Amino acid sequence: MRPPDQIKITTPHMGNLHLLLDDLFGRLGVEYIKPPRSSTKTLQLGIKHSPEFACLPLKINMGNFIQALDKGANTIAMAGGHGPCRFGYYGIVEERILRDLGYEFDFLMLEPFSDGAWAFYKSFASLSAGLSIRRLWKILQVSFAKGRAFDRLRKRALMVRAYEANHGDTGRALKEAEKIMAGAGTAPEIEAAAAASLRLIDSVDQDRERDVLKVGIVGEFYLLLEPFSNFDLEEILGNMGVYLERCVWVTDWIAPRRDNKIFGYPKQMIEEKAAPFLSHNVGGEGRETIGSTVLFAERGFDGVVQLLPFGCMPENIATSILPKVQQKHDIPVLTLTFDEQTGRAGMVTRLEAFVDLLRARRGGRRIIAAPEPAPDRNSCAACERKHVSSCRF
Amino acid sequence: MRVGIPRSLLYYKYLPFWKTFLTGLGLEVETSPMTNKKILSSGVKIAENELCVPVKAFYGHCAALKDKVDALFVPRVVSVEERAYTCPKFLGLPDMIAAAADSMGLPPLLTPKLNQREKPSEFKWQLINFARREFGLGRLDAVAALETAKLAQRRYQDSLAAGRKPVDLLPLSRLNRPRRRPARTGARRVGLLGHPYNIYDGYITQNLIARLEEMGVDLIVPEMTDHHILMKAATDVPKQLYWSYEKEIMGAINHWTETGQVDGVIYVLAFACGPDSLIQVLIEHRARAHKVPLMSLTIDEHSGEAGLVTRIEAFVDMLMRKK
Repeated sequence: MRPPDQIKITTPHMGNLHLLLDDLFGRLGVEYIKPPRSSTKTLQLGIKHSPEFACLPLKINMGNFIQALDKGANTIAMAGGHGPCRFGYYGIVEERILRDLGYEFDFLMLEPFSDGAWAFYKSFASLSAGLSIRRLWKILQVSFAKGRAFDRLRKRALMVRAYEANHGDTGRALKEAEKIMAGAGTAPEIEAAAAASLRLIDSVDQDRERDVLKVGIVGEFYLLLEPFSNFDLEEILGNMGVYLERCVWVTDWIAPRRDNKIFGYPKQMIEEKAAPFLSHNVGGEGRETIGSTVLFAERGFDGVVQLLPFGCMPENIATSILPKVQQKHDIPVLTLTFDEQTGRAGMVTRLEAFVDLLRARRGGRRIIAAPEPAPDRNSCAACERKHVSSCRF
Repeated sequence: MRVGIPRSLLYYKYLPFWKTFLTGLGLEVETSPMTNKKILSSGVKIAENELCVPVKAFYGHCAALKDKVDALFVPRVVSVEERAYTCPKFLGLPDMIAAAADSMGLPPLLTPKLNQREKPSEFKWQLINFARREFGLGRLDAVAALETAKLAQRRYQDSLAAGRKPVDLLPLSRLNRPRRRPARTGARRVGLLGHPYNIYDGYITQNLIARLEEMGVDLIVPEMTDHHILMKAATDVPKQLYWSYEKEIMGAINHWTETGQVDGVIYVLAFACGPDSLIQVLIEHRARAHKVPLMSLTIDEHSGEAGLVTRIEAFVDMLMRKK
């Protein structure tokens, strides 16, 4: 590895992960070269240099890396894992391809905290001179708090967009709110900014009388988190007047805890819901997809949309099992597979048809009051002081 | 009670073990016929269309057995060694089959869970408990069945290490054996890389083994090398692979290129195979670095015979001329 003051680090894009990393690397004092926003060009570069039937996230990652290296980055940080999903081995394959292309860079594989706390600390220590364990812990805590605040904004926006009176207001408010958040530094500042930015989103002109549908989004994490990969599906659905909740969030996903603070339902609960259909972990979000679909059905949602990259192993298992869940819990599920060939228009047509079907299915029943939102773990009265992973609502 | 073992996926690895074990529990064992057009197309019809072809064939084999047996043996093979998994699809297989069981009209499933990820010795107790729970057997009977099964499996693996191929040893694999004597002899040594359930399934890979042997090549498969040597060779990667069966493949290519015992390698991978799609990069790099010709053959349920024959003929001709 290079000495810390020469490091220009880069990571792939995934939803609003860069907002959290911006903050984290800033605190660590590392220069962060953000790859340009994922675009068709990114994807083209990725496809050109990736194995043919690797999953879509790997291809977009590759494009991100190439663009970031061309921009001057000299160190790549990539998350690892221990399987059985392919994601844990992405980094090795990506490094191999980039080296074969002739790029020179240092490669940092960040293995999960649970695979070894010391190795985890060492990876960060190699980025920042004289970083103590205590300081790393503090930095991670603050950065995570900020990351969670960003996630909460997105979550609120998904709920509000279906009711917005003027088309596009929520999107604009969200952008404004993220700007407020990005400026916050210390813990109290973050708290204040989080409250202010949430208020901003809530103040969007809303038509609360509107008849909205409730749809849950489940599936593979990258497709759910990265709007580029799913053609901004959430905005499309929101504009059709659909109240949305999704089961995967950036900070839930990277946090070592299993309590799903943002989604609101702990992992253990989701696994129990999935057990009658899929009783074993199959990697990725396979079991979470099944469990969350059951959960959405039980909470009275009108339908569920499942997103997956073509060939995703855990999600293919889930897709094979979902028909049984649909039948048993009487909830329609639309499965959308994405790869580099997928077109936006085809997806929109299918979503429109799905929404029409859900409206027809609901018939005369009208839901005027806002649906019961998922509990937010920070506002829970029962566990205000201490988050216990076994806490149920 | 008659129990059916589908002739697909891990059948090619563990049939002697499973068959002996189930027979030892006092059950009659029935295996499905070899993959054929009817089996594969019935599997393709039921299975999710993005799954790899061997899993689709597995659905078909289950369907082929449904009227002949009282239960289907679909174990959940989570892990066969410490700190590793098998493919995710093996982890979810019993649930996938169970989800389709109603519409397919399948008999009940026997799904013991085999997991050696945390502790290798667990495996013994998982099987003994399975036998006691499902069939009310005494512990001693279960242990006896298990030990006989282990012996049978060891004999099978010894024969493989002695140079025989699963197609020579497993029942009813005629189709994938050469029908005529090789036209040319003293030819090249070709390493055949890939999952056993692909390369030994004569229908899925269009009798690839027989065709290659008829061309007079000396065929080398990963099973011919001692398992420990493969596993040791597999560690020559930047990060340990966490899929056991891919480790074997990786180990084989590393070992072959290291010892120079092959003149060329044919790598068979199923379309949409997850783990293979990634290690393909490492395998191709390895072959390139050691200047060993390598051909990747991607197969699926639509693969045509002519295309495959042309490609292997061209590859073998190229090897013949190379020296």
